[in-house]
Amino acid sequence: MTRTVPPQAGQTPPNADFTPTPAGQSGSGDLREFLRSNLRTSGIYVAFVAIVALFAFLTDGTLLSAGNVTNLVLQYSYILVLAIGMVIVIIAGHIDLSVGSVVALTGAVSAVLVIDRGLPWWVGILAAIAVGLLVGAWHGFWVAYVGIPAFIVTLAGMLLFRGLTLQVLDNVSLSPFPAEYREVASGFLNGLLGGYGYDTFTLVIGAIAVAGYAVSNWRSRAARVRYGQPVESLALFVLKVVAVGAVVMAFAWQLANARGLPIVLIILGVLAIAYGLITKNTVFGRQVYAIGGNLSAATLSGVKVKAVNFWIFVNMGFLSAVAGVIYSSRSNGAQPAAGEMFELDAIAAAFIGGAAVTGGVGTVVGAMVGGLIMAVMSNGMSLLGVDQSIQSVVKGLVLLLAVAFDVYNKRRAGAAR
Amino acid sequence: MDDNILEMRSITKTFPGVKALEDVSLTVRRGEVHAICGENGAGKSTLMKVLSGVYPAGSYDGEIVFDGDVCRFSGIRDSEHVGIAIIHQELALVPYLSIAENIFLGNERRGRGGLINWNKVNAEASELLESVGLRENAITPVGQLGVGKQQLVEIAKALSKDVKLLILDEPTAALNDTDSAHLLGLLRTLQERGITSIIISHKLNEITAIADNVTIIRDGKTVETLSLHAGEVTQDRIIRGMVGRDLESYYPERESHPGEEVLRIEDWAVKHPTQDRLVVDHASFSVRAGEVVGIAGLMGAGRTELAMSIFGRSYGRHVSGQIFMHGKEVRTRTVTEAIDNGIAYATEDRKKYGLNLIEDIRRNVSAAGLGKLSRRGWVNSNEETKVAESSRKSMNIKAPSVSSIVGKLSGGNQQKVVLSKWLYTDPDVLILDEPTRGIDVGAKYEIYTIINDLVAAGKAVVVISSELPELLGTCDRVYTLSAGRITGEVPVREATQESLMALMTKERELAA
Repeated sequence: MTRTVPPQAGQTPPNADFTPTPAGQSGSGDLREFLRSNLRTSGIYVAFVAIVALFAFLTDGTLLSAGNVTNLVLQYSYILVLAIGMVIVIIAGHIDLSVGSVVALTGAVSAVLVIDRGLPWWVGILAAIAVGLLVGAWHGFWVAYVGIPAFIVTLAGMLLFRGLTLQVLDNVSLSPFPAEYREVASGFLNGLLGGYGYDTFTLVIGAIAVAGYAVSNWRSRAARVRYGQPVESLALFVLKVVAVGAVVMAFAWQLANARGLPIVLIILGVLAIAYGLITKNTVFGRQVYAIGGNLSAATLSGVKVKAVNFWIFVNMGFLSAVAGVIYSSRSNGAQPAAGEMFELDAIAAAFIGGAAVTGGVGTVVGAMVGGLIMAVMSNGMSLLGVDQSIQSVVKGLVLLLAVAFDVYNKRRAGAAR
Repeated sequence: MDDNILEMRSITKTFPGVKALEDVSLTVRRGEVHAICGENGAGKSTLMKVLSGVYPAGSYDGEIVFDGDVCRFSGIRDSEHVGIAIIHQELALVPYLSIAENIFLGNERRGRGGLINWNKVNAEASELLESVGLRENAITPVGQLGVGKQQLVEIAKALSKDVKLLILDEPTAALNDTDSAHLLGLLRTLQERGITSIIISHKLNEITAIADNVTIIRDGKTVETLSLHAGEVTQDRIIRGMVGRDLESYYPERESHPGEEVLRIEDWAVKHPTQDRLVVDHASFSVRAGEVVGIAGLMGAGRTELAMSIFGRSYGRHVSGQIFMHGKEVRTRTVTEAIDNGIAYATEDRKKYGLNLIEDIRRNVSAAGLGKLSRRGWVNSNEETKVAESSRKSMNIKAPSVSSIVGKLSGGNQQKVVLSKWLYTDPDVLILDEPTRGIDVGAKYEIYTIINDLVAAGKAVVVISSELPELLGTCDRVYTLSAGRITGEVPVREATQESLMALMTKERELAA
């Protein structure tokens, strides 16, 4: 029922005869109106659509082909998981430089237990997550209760946990994991409902997601109406839901045509929704923004700053462990050098996604789109056969320009008084 | 015969959607002290930014004639070059650099080989310090000076650039009376040396005391320029020009009906966070429901420290003391505990300690009361909007919606947001630290009205202020604080500015 894929980057899928889906295009007049009213937050989505369209065009549609869309998800999932935690850290005005090392350490612990000791796959996963939580508590302790800047604490952590990774692995790579463990990153749910050359189950899940999106949006719109709040016109609302639905279904269609629904996509989806809600709708989320926006004001408003900062880092440790499990599962083993530079990708994703260097600003969705922009660019350039060195140059410039654009926008908005 | 050093003619400056200045004209005669008055948001600062080149030529309409020449500044350097220096409200000094380094920052006196001859620089700096009446060593780091002295360093910096026109934006807002008097005296001295000054200030008594002419700006337009020489122009006359109406009184009338005691502090002593000295020295005071109690003290008397240490021990190290709410002892070891016990504290520096300036009104109003807006950690954001919306209406916060970013509001409206935040926690006692600092006259009146409404609703209010008329106008009783000690408790009908000042300086005289 399930298959696994070797983790090579930028693989050209076999079925390259493909025409771009509507996902790659946009631009009706109504939509522009809607975007303009939300320009500050929508810039990133426009950029994402433009980049997808550009690479879809340059690769003759290969970018959006069934196999490649699946590959994209599998390849960059762990960066997106890290980006979720990182954007929360950044909103609170901190940074975490250690996540790459923590990904390596958690993967290594899991590998030692499962591969070396022959324990069941789920013991490995639980142990990795426990280690991630401990690492997070360690960082949280120094940042929140001792008051050392996170830059220093996590720089130390980067060295510390890389060193511990080498210790745990005794300087050698471990491989291979049992099949169950590999399912996490490379497994698919498919065939559960049959299908004719495509996977019905994937489409059903896609449809449920769209329905859930429509219902929750409708309910929050109805609540706003009840409270006498301004809402977008019904036509615009329908347009928005239809547009999102079309994109999601096109995406699901491509997945269904390839290998079905990746397990890792389910993990990612659950995390994205959960953390989107936590940051937006919980007291904890509000307090994170309050701390990043004005630490003193937050303290004097009764926010328990130390506790909030502590849990922010515990959470980052948890998500690093999740990424560590996914990465070790995907690479089918643990390597001493695993996860190097992941922190930089995660940080870049958060900033491209609109987080502010000074804290107080940023969204989970933004960071994920920021991560996807990086993913699409890497993948697209790999498909085009662009050299790694040039890819690095381009990604660096995109990061710089994205933040420059944000700064420019803010300055323009700020000039209004 | 007309010797005008500066003429700004028909200046119009538009921001997207807002006309900040419309056809504003300003004429300043050589060698005078010219005051500019106007409510916050009237356009004073914008006008000065146009003049100093912060908004470059071409971004506004109109003409600037300085010293007989039409000027088109493309940046601050250009305006400095012709002899215009602006000293902003927020001082722009580097705390870790010495006075001399700060004075010549960006204008370093280079000697042979491009190296700086520090002896020469320090000697020059000393001369400049003498000319502004600051007796400090030029190698002292600026961070070790008080605000008043830093202000003088800024002026010395301006003088080092051969300034002809000195612009001071709210120079005395953060100064105590002695420092203010010194600064204003200095402007007179500079005037004798032929330096023209423009002073922007809310303190009308200073303006009538020092300025030759005053230009009043309202809603981005010039209202009038009044000569203060004849002595006929009173503060009331200026206020009428600023607000466009007569204020019957600075302070709204209130009938006082004090009820039960709400808050009592006993034997409260707090040490400086790092030094071994008492900042609050065994102070005791109480407030009753429906009563406004003032705390008067000079800068450094420990007013803010007293309030912050009560409010969740946010300042210093606790030594002794008890807090009673409604006669029962309570603990306020954290801000949360203080809030839970019905205490609210609005800080003196709302931008630094009171507000999240990058967030909107809604999130600032809810910041201290999220517990009431949430169930099991989930915030009801619609309820939150409703709360903020009703505050916006009842407090008359001038903003298009509760989604407006707080950093863009005027000082008075920001203060109303702070008050909204604390009122939503439904406190029994509100401690308001300098509630009207940096707020224009009209908004001050509104804040006083809000205070009156609060006590009418049975709240107890503590007002900390360095403006004695404000305390006399709003309070029922006033405590005086000197060097951390309560030196007096005076019912307001028996108090005068003089009697309060005598109590506020009591301890110092004893010590001297």
